[in-house]
Amino acid sequence: MRPDEWRGPLALACTLCAAVLSAGCGSRERPVDAASRQGVLLLGNLSEPKDLDPHVITGVSEFNIVSALLEGLVAEGPQDLAPEPGAAESWSVSDDGTVYTFTLRQNGLWSNGDPVTSADFMFSFRRMLSPELGSPYAYMLFGAKNAEAYHKGSITNFADVGFEAPDSRTVRITLNAPIPYFLSLLAHHSWFPVHQPTIRAHGAETTIGTAWTKPGSFVGNGPFVLKTWEPGNRIEVEVNDSYWDRARVKLNAIKFYPIGDHKIEERAFLAGQLHVTGTVPLDRISYYSSTRPELLRLNPYLGVYYYLFNVTKPPLNDVRVRRALSMSVNRGQIVRYVTKGGEDPAFCFTPPGAGKYSSSARLDEDAAGARALLASAGYPGGTNFPRIALLYNNSDAHARIAQSLRQMWTTQLGIDVELVNMEWKVYLDQTQSLKYDIARAGWIGDYADPNTFLDMWVTGGGNNRTGWSNRQYDILVSQAAAEPNTEERTRRFQQAEAILLEESPVMPIYFYRSKSLVHQSVRGWYSTILDRHPYKHVYLTPGG
Amino acid sequence: MKRFLLGRIAQTVPVLWATVTIAFVLIRLAPGGPFTDERNYTAESIQRLNAHYGLDDPVPVQYVRYLGRLLHGDLGPSFKYANRTVNEIIADTFPVSLQLGALALLFALAMGIPAGIVAALKPHSAWDNAVMTLALLGISMPSFVLGPLLVMFFSLRLGWLPASGWESWPDRVLPALTLGAVYAAYIARMSRAGMLEILPMDFVRTARAKGLGAAAVIVRHVLKPGMIPVVSFLGPATAGLVTGSFVVETLFHVPGMGSMFVVGAFNRDYSLVLGMVVFYSAVISIFNLGVDVALGAMDPRMRSHRRI
Repeated sequence: MRPDEWRGPLALACTLCAAVLSAGCGSRERPVDAASRQGVLLLGNLSEPKDLDPHVITGVSEFNIVSALLEGLVAEGPQDLAPEPGAAESWSVSDDGTVYTFTLRQNGLWSNGDPVTSADFMFSFRRMLSPELGSPYAYMLFGAKNAEAYHKGSITNFADVGFEAPDSRTVRITLNAPIPYFLSLLAHHSWFPVHQPTIRAHGAETTIGTAWTKPGSFVGNGPFVLKTWEPGNRIEVEVNDSYWDRARVKLNAIKFYPIGDHKIEERAFLAGQLHVTGTVPLDRISYYSSTRPELLRLNPYLGVYYYLFNVTKPPLNDVRVRRALSMSVNRGQIVRYVTKGGEDPAFCFTPPGAGKYSSSARLDEDAAGARALLASAGYPGGTNFPRIALLYNNSDAHARIAQSLRQMWTTQLGIDVELVNMEWKVYLDQTQSLKYDIARAGWIGDYADPNTFLDMWVTGGGNNRTGWSNRQYDILVSQAAAEPNTEERTRRFQQAEAILLEESPVMPIYFYRSKSLVHQSVRGWYSTILDRHPYKHVYLTPGG
Repeated sequence: MKRFLLGRIAQTVPVLWATVTIAFVLIRLAPGGPFTDERNYTAESIQRLNAHYGLDDPVPVQYVRYLGRLLHGDLGPSFKYANRTVNEIIADTFPVSLQLGALALLFALAMGIPAGIVAALKPHSAWDNAVMTLALLGISMPSFVLGPLLVMFFSLRLGWLPASGWESWPDRVLPALTLGAVYAAYIARMSRAGMLEILPMDFVRTARAKGLGAAAVIVRHVLKPGMIPVVSFLGPATAGLVTGSFVVETLFHVPGMGSMFVVGAFNRDYSLVLGMVVFYSAVISIFNLGVDVALGAMDPRMRSHRRI
């Protein structure tokens, strides 16, 4: 072919390029800049909410939206989530710490103008606990007297439960035993009020999935009201003019984008479409920490990444084997070279930040000791060790950690485990029915207290997917729950955690960090242990 | 024609029924159910949820009930998205996929057909080689490579177009280009092949001999028969395009049917998955029927014996 034959196609290509280039002259204002000017916060929110009913939802991304729309008796401070007045303007606690009396504020209004009354809270607590609703989070209210009995149907008269409304502005809650973190608990969605007439207008109060949570129907008492819900696309809330603390709310609106893929969310952030991302792709953390550290936030997060041992099957029914596996893992190496998100290696189960508690016992890493333990269990140098499988759910991050564990066990103990990866629901099914040997898991605390980490390992606990049971542990955890003295309570939890580490039905690996990219115009967005950011304290500085 | 149409419609009913039945059984065979969650629901909660959604009945009862509802066009509630029905979800997401697919198809036709014609008119020329090289690239490059490349260039480097989302018109450009690219490439190759098959035929020569201009010969005589391969490709292509592409919708965070369908399967949202399978099957049947009718109109030879 002669070179001049290419003249035609080349000319066309050049013309197209020139057209494209000239069309792009004149710079476009990026969505974040426009939004900052308008006081609209653009948030990456990871997943599409299954509902916005506070008594039905279970996930963090749902809480992120519902906490803008509803407010419990107590709200959270922006920096440390310390309890501050919410729907209740004040409260008092009885001397023995079991009776809380809340006074609702006079100017507390629902977004339709109705006053927020104690009857609304009574209705909400009853709905949350009703067996017919079957809320998975009902147990969050079990600290109140007879709440558990009512939920399980052994009593049917709600008047016997520890919730009272002496008058329209007073809510009194009687607990079984003092709960040191009770006020913080009230900021959890399970304690949020719902608007009784709205729920009733859309069906029976205990029917899940009625249309009351749709835009136009939703009535809330929070700083924002639901404006738009385009499934899979975005949810928009705008400021609630009847909110009692309206003067403090600086944002005009928040848009939540349910972008599940971390890389796509990151690209949206880089293209100026988000103020804050829900997470950061693992392999991009080192890039941001070295070149754009001003955007990256890696904050301690109340969660632990760990492995489950199925203690009902040999060889993991032998505590020596479990401890040997746990002792031969180099957690520092995993967080430094594999996860790389600034995580702290976990040498106990309860993460730092669970109230003032810290575990007194610690796991040790000792390869020689591990080999000795394995030998005493009958597998010297790993000989005759049965072939076991390590199960994790599909994810690059989990796979990399599993591979490191496998390698560490091969080098340190001379045993080989098979890596098995499964789709999420299959993985859940296998772990729940104890059809595994070793499986990865993670747990994020619901509130800042050791109880949310330690009560899951009691015998028969719904989330205790190891088959492990220890009577003394059960007694200590239940004693701690009923213990009025804070120091004594801490001591019992420490004793319980020491048993858990000694027996090792679980193998903690690291404590989580929340990861996000935050645009520089965002203010009032602090590091909090539960990764919550009360929106009424957040504001935007255009051009910031 | 009427009999042909009625016959074809009657054929789709057993196909739909078989699809529904297979999907109904398969989704229930997958381990884990809609309420298997990281945080264990209590046994009582699961029982109540199962009762609420009628999952506590024997599977044959559920199946018959499902078919009964289906006949009334009711696809049931979504198990995951508690306050929405499957009908609502399809009504929300299908128009999005339809719009994206239509834009992608428009792009594919607008790029593919002229490119194919240009290539066919001067086979083995520089134009032909350039077009066919581009087409080869388009076919070989998967959308999960092309999409991020386009985003890197147009969104992150140049800042002209949004990287993702579905709010304003500029949001539509990159997903439509990504989704349409591979179809544009196929269409270019097919129209070239179709044209090359027709160009040497006697009737074309006759038309030229009559003294018709080159352009008139192409437009009046060659284009219609030359486009037959493209049209038969368009049926499945259109069905595929408008029912949504999981990859492209995910890449650009487009709230369409494709992404919803796959997420529904991960969530074991039985009714959502089934509803979408039914809807997909119906759409695909309709498009195939449409193609048969169009082909019959374009090519008289097909009217008499073509029965797919």
